[in-house]
Amino acid sequence: MYEIVEKKQLAESIYFMNIKAPRVAKAAKPGQFIIAKIDEKGERIPLTICNYDKDKKIITIVFQVVGESTRRMSLLNKGDYFRDFVGPLGVESQFVNEDISCLKNKRILFVAGGVGVAPIYPQVKWLNSKGIKADVIIGAKNKDMLIFENEIKNEVGNLYITTDDGSYGMKGLVTDKINDLVNIKNKEYDLVVAIGPMVMMKFVARLTKKLNIPTVVSLNPIMLDGTGMCGACRVTVGGKVKFACVDGPEFDAHKIDFDEAMKRQSIYKTEEGKKYLKNIEGKTHSGGCGMCGGDK
Amino acid sequence: MINSKRIPLREQDSKIRVKNFEEVCLGYSKEEALLEANRCLGCKKAKCKEKCPVNIDIPEFVKQIKIGNIEEAAKIIGKSSSLPAICGRVCSQELQCESQCALGLKGEALAIGKLERFVADYMIENNISITYDINKNNKKVAIVGSGPSGLTCAGDLAKFGYDVTIFEALHEAGGVLVYGIPEFRLPKNKIVKREIENVKKLGVKIETNVIVGKTVSIEKLFEEGFQAVFIGSGAGLPKFMGIKGENANGVFSANEFLTRNNLMKGFDENYDTPIKIGKKVAVVGGGNVAMDAARTALRLGAKVSIVYRRSENELPARAEEIYHAKEEGIDFKVLTSPIEIIQDDKGWVKAMKCVKMRLKGADSSGRKRPVEIEGSEFILDVDTVIMSIGTSPNPIITSNTKGLNVSKGQCIVACEETGQTSINGVFAGGDAVTGAATVILAMGAGKKAAKAIDKYLRGNGIK
Repeated sequence: MYEIVEKKQLAESIYFMNIKAPRVAKAAKPGQFIIAKIDEKGERIPLTICNYDKDKKIITIVFQVVGESTRRMSLLNKGDYFRDFVGPLGVESQFVNEDISCLKNKRILFVAGGVGVAPIYPQVKWLNSKGIKADVIIGAKNKDMLIFENEIKNEVGNLYITTDDGSYGMKGLVTDKINDLVNIKNKEYDLVVAIGPMVMMKFVARLTKKLNIPTVVSLNPIMLDGTGMCGACRVTVGGKVKFACVDGPEFDAHKIDFDEAMKRQSIYKTEEGKKYLKNIEGKTHSGGCGMCGGDK
Repeated sequence: MINSKRIPLREQDSKIRVKNFEEVCLGYSKEEALLEANRCLGCKKAKCKEKCPVNIDIPEFVKQIKIGNIEEAAKIIGKSSSLPAICGRVCSQELQCESQCALGLKGEALAIGKLERFVADYMIENNISITYDINKNNKKVAIVGSGPSGLTCAGDLAKFGYDVTIFEALHEAGGVLVYGIPEFRLPKNKIVKREIENVKKLGVKIETNVIVGKTVSIEKLFEEGFQAVFIGSGAGLPKFMGIKGENANGVFSANEFLTRNNLMKGFDENYDTPIKIGKKVAVVGGGNVAMDAARTALRLGAKVSIVYRRSENELPARAEEIYHAKEEGIDFKVLTSPIEIIQDDKGWVKAMKCVKMRLKGADSSGRKRPVEIEGSEFILDVDTVIMSIGTSPNPIITSNTKGLNVSKGQCIVACEETGQTSINGVFAGGDAVTGAATVILAMGAGKKAAKAIDKYLRGNGIK
């Protein structure tokens, strides 16, 4: 059993939790993820590690309510437990194993979309601890959905913010900001790391390919065990089939078949929706469109 | 006069059982077991015992059943096997113990598996457990993986007096016994959990949610005070064919499909894990896993075909499973091999393009080699494909352990008799060493390794 020692709501439907998981905290590295399971009947939910503290033995996760399992997770409070919490899974970010003096010469740009800010955090923090200041673009729907601004600000060189509606920072998408920095302000980058919704990563990859900047993304396909034994998370990278849980989750963005990856994310869409509605609407849920009424 | 036929087994009717996940074979009652046991000739030089990978003293435990002393029979089995309720159900007896039974020369071999199962179930149902005198020696041994080899090695080491901890990557212990083999062949709560409880009663600790190679390294386990390590991590990495369209929505590995159903209980709507199955399912492969996947898909309401590239005679699955699958209405398309998965415009499986095969000569392993018949392509109308063409060992441990030698096929290189690997104090066995094999062979490897670890830690050395 893994205790929730802290819980905060960061924005509408976005939650922060510190989980006591000594073994995971001891072994975690930037770029890796965990799998959490609420209780006996719960499913296994993969989440990228947002922070780790070896001394306090905690792992921080940040998640957005997108379906039934994350909704159930959001109802847990400080002092509650996860039945299962396993990790760290996946391969750490590639730069962790690079030569530090080489790394210091690299100009790195992180691009985070929505709740994707959370997995960016351990990476920029790790780089900062080695004396490397990266630039970061955070894209949010609006000002209220912006999270982790202050935490990130302290670890980076320049922080740029975009919102879809212009309620904070620049109005527009993260790709607009990349264009602005590279094409107008003539900034040069040797590496882009993008984490966020699959569609955002796809468009960042498309742009950076044109700009000729090597780009890494962290994929978030459907996962089951997270240890390489099922292939639910398989993606095509450079024409080869890879399992995101063991070969990734980070891959060369310019080699990924994003359309296939997005299509595979939708496999259980209707099942998930049905379950979500059933539990939100209780017995009144008719299993249909909600317009026809169950009892007529 | 000895009856040449075995006492028939009661089974759930095939029309009823296809709608549930309850166990198909109901096993022997005490009376039936006694009658069957009486068929045993009690051979002096018992070939059945020699053919059992853990050498259970079969004539001796059967003799105890004959006189109605079931507890004593259980003690005799317990000397050799820690998981009799499981082995009695899933072993390929027709290739092992029962293959050499003298009764089989003129009639049907003694139902050794079913008798073993009867004894183990009797103990579970009547809540009797065997007690062992254990002299603790305070030496710690770590076991990686809680499948059949790990559980057996742990059980034996605990009996020798060691302080044993099993590290399991998943959230439940049991390995393939919980995620792979379905409920209708091996009940989880009634049998697997209880049998694992018996191993725990020997003092074995099980730590779930620990992935050795990620959460903790083998090196760190030695730092934690373990003096020897046994790797029984199995062969859980699924193979795909590499054909066009294999990443379409609706193509699953048998591992994924079975894990969703068995471990995560996807078939039960009270559980959160979704499982998706279409109306027409093709299962590619002919082993036990293929039979399990096909029969599971059938129980979820689909029409199911097995697609296998060799002929029916070469099907590697157990005879009993093939028989049950046919009885349940699974269609066998043999001498058939998929060459492409055709998708609809949304990326879902629409059909599977196959080619007919014929058998020619023999390959290096002595099996007949299937070759394509030119121009025999045809379209199979399916909406779900389950790939069950085998598995290989997972590289997480081997790629994160310096100095651990592996073969070309990712298998850990270990001495067959002792399980000793290229690292001093690190032993391995089961599918991690042999590649995908059987439950009982994994148990045999676990037993041998336990003996070798004991010898090693007593300071005699084994090199």
